[in-house]
Amino acid sequence: MAFLQFKNVRIAGIAAGVPKNIASNLHPTADDNISSEYTPEDFVATTGVEERRVSKTLCTSDLCYGAAEQLIADLGWDKSEIEALIFVSQTADYILPATACILQDRLGLSKECYASDCTLGCSGWVYGLSQVASLLATGDIKKALLLCGDAKKRFSGGGRDPLFGGAGTATAVEFKEGAKGFQFHFGTDGSGFDAIITPAGGARFPIDDHTFEFEEIEGKKYHRMMSRMKGMDVFSFGISTAPKTVKKLGEHFGFDYLDADYFVFHQANMKMNNMIMKKLKLPEEKVPSCMRYFGNTSSASIPLTIVAQLQDTSANKKFICCGFGVGLSWGTVAFDTDSDVIISKLVELDDSETSTYVV
Amino acid sequence: MDLNEFVAHFAEQFDATDASVFTPETRFRDIDEWSSLIGLSVIAMVDEEYDVTLKGDDVKNSNTILDLFNIVKSRV
Repeated sequence: MAFLQFKNVRIAGIAAGVPKNIASNLHPTADDNISSEYTPEDFVATTGVEERRVSKTLCTSDLCYGAAEQLIADLGWDKSEIEALIFVSQTADYILPATACILQDRLGLSKECYASDCTLGCSGWVYGLSQVASLLATGDIKKALLLCGDAKKRFSGGGRDPLFGGAGTATAVEFKEGAKGFQFHFGTDGSGFDAIITPAGGARFPIDDHTFEFEEIEGKKYHRMMSRMKGMDVFSFGISTAPKTVKKLGEHFGFDYLDADYFVFHQANMKMNNMIMKKLKLPEEKVPSCMRYFGNTSSASIPLTIVAQLQDTSANKKFICCGFGVGLSWGTVAFDTDSDVIISKLVELDDSETSTYVV
Repeated sequence: MDLNEFVAHFAEQFDATDASVFTPETRFRDIDEWSSLIGLSVIAMVDEEYDVTLKGDDVKNSNTILDLFNIVKSRV
C-alpha cells in the first residue's frame, strides 16, 4: 500500500506561468490538429476546453522560471536558502542534461543544491510534492522548489492538440517544526503504458527515416514523435481510479474526505472531472476548475487551478489534490494551508526566443 | 438487465440521431454521428447506470449495441 506521510513541512506558496498567447478551440487554425470525426463545438461541449495558452518559443522551463522568480519575490525568500529543486515535466529542455540543473543556475540558487528531473505527467505535481516533502522532513534542508509543467514541445512539429495548454508552475515548500505536513496515496499501472505515449525518440525507437511519417488515428494525423492517447481507455481509467484513491487516502489516515474545503483534481477534461466529482458526491463549489481557459496542462494543472481559481481563498483551508494519467500513474495528497500561504498572481509571459542556455 | 432500456440509454448519448434509429442490432459505428467523443459518453453512461467500467477495447470490439449490452451484462 503506497501510503506516505511527512510531517513538519508546509506549502509556503504557489505560482504559475503561462504564455500570453491564447488559442481558441471554437476557431481553430491550421496549426491545430483537429479531428475530422467531430466539430469544434462538440469538442468544446465534451472536454470543456474553450481556449488554452500556447507558444512556439517558451519552453516549460521558461514558464517555470517566470513563476519561480515571482514566487520567490512574493515570499521574500533568500535564494541562498533554497537547497533543493525538483523539475517535473515531459517536455524537458534537452534529452540531457536534466533541466533542474539548468534552472538551479538560471534562478541563481546555491551550488549546494539537490536538483533532479522527474518525467511524470498528470500525476506529477503530487509525486513531486512527495519528493520535496521527503527531502525536507528531516529539517536538514529547509527550503525547496517544485517546478512542474509542460509547454512548447506540445505546440510544435505536427499540430497542436486542442485539449492541451502550456503552463509552468512553482510550488515553494519548507520545513516548519510542528506543521501538520502531507498525507499521500500513490499508485501505478504500467500495463497501460501505451494509453498516452510518444512512441519514438527514446531508446526503444530512436528517430529514423520513418519517424515523421503520418498515420491517422481517430480522425487525426500523428507522426511518431507526437504523443497520442487512447481517449476511451484514459477516460475509464480516470473515472474509476481517481474516486478510489481519494477514498483510500481518507480511509487509511482516518478522516472523512468530504470534510476537505477544496478538491483540486488534475484538469483532464470536463466530462471526466464531472464524473469523478459525481462519484465522490462532491458539491461543485468545492471543486475548482480552470480547464475552460487553460486546457489540460498535465503536471501544472493542480497548482495552476489553485492560482487561477483560489487566489484569495487558499489560506487556512483543507485541500485534497489528486493527479492521474500518463503512466498510468496516480497520486492523491491531503494537506492544510496556513494563514501565511502566498498564492502569486498569474504570471503571463510574452513570446520570446531565449539566448541563454542554448548551444 | 433490460435490453430495451440499455438501447434507450445508448440512444440518449446522441444529439442529432433520432432515437427510433436505434435497435439492438444497430451497428453503432456506422452511424454518422458516432465519434470517439460519443464513445466517452457511452462509457460514462454505463458507469453511471450499471456501475461497470468499460475499456476502449470493449467499445472497439463491439459491432452492435447488443454486443456491448452482453459485455456489460456479463460484468454487472
